[in-house]
Amino acid sequence: MATINVAGKDIAVDEEGYLEDRNEWNEEIAAEMAKLDDCELTDSHWEVINFLREYYDEYQIAPAVRVLTKAIGKKLGKDKGNSKYLYELFPYGPAKQACKYAGLPKPTGCV
Amino acid sequence: MADEMDEMMEGGEIKKLMYMTRTAPYGTVYALEALEVVLIGAAFEQDVCMVFADDGLFQLKKGQNTEATGMKNFSPTYRALEMYDVEKLYVEKESMDARGMTEDDFIVDVEVKTSDELTSMMEDMDIVLNF
Repeated sequence: MATINVAGKDIAVDEEGYLEDRNEWNEEIAAEMAKLDDCELTDSHWEVINFLREYYDEYQIAPAVRVLTKAIGKKLGKDKGNSKYLYELFPYGPAKQACKYAGLPKPTGCV
Repeated sequence: MADEMDEMMEGGEIKKLMYMTRTAPYGTVYALEALEVVLIGAAFEQDVCMVFADDGLFQLKKGQNTEATGMKNFSPTYRALEMYDVEKLYVEKESMDARGMTEDDFIVDVEVKTSDELTSMMEDMDIVLNF
């Protein structure tokens, strides 16, 4: 099983780097995952990551990118609820990459 | 089903699609699979409705607690369907009455339809997928 090392502790991840146990998540893990992708997390990133964690708590799924974009627009404003903004933050695909950092499974319906 | 999905993706024509789910939420994987197919299929932006009949009604029951089964309670996910533009959720009246349930028992807003009404709706569909 693959692991990533965060603060001296090995954390189990699947073959694509998603957390095996969502309950293990903390902000250091998110930052370490981002570092492995050469990405530094800013407040704008955290805004999306925290949004996704709340979404998962409420609906028990990670939203598809289309749904995420729409929901972000509603919650954080139109200037953020568009593909361009989200792809600039998460170039590997906003749903996939942000869900990974948020410790969620890969989004359902992610084509 | 793969053929039907291919068919759906061909051309720009919007098809009328009914997902029918008839099993209790836990114990078999049908209910969860049906829900996932609906969520994934939503990306194709077709004219979709979902029908809950027989023990499928229990999928929508409020206040589910799956702790003792070790399975994830996925009932909150039905509330996300609206965001996936799956807005037509129908419950079969006969199944509801037979189980002593009412519209207040459900975690989402549904429309109650009789078996006869569903039959004629079904005739109007391009594709019916049964789970």
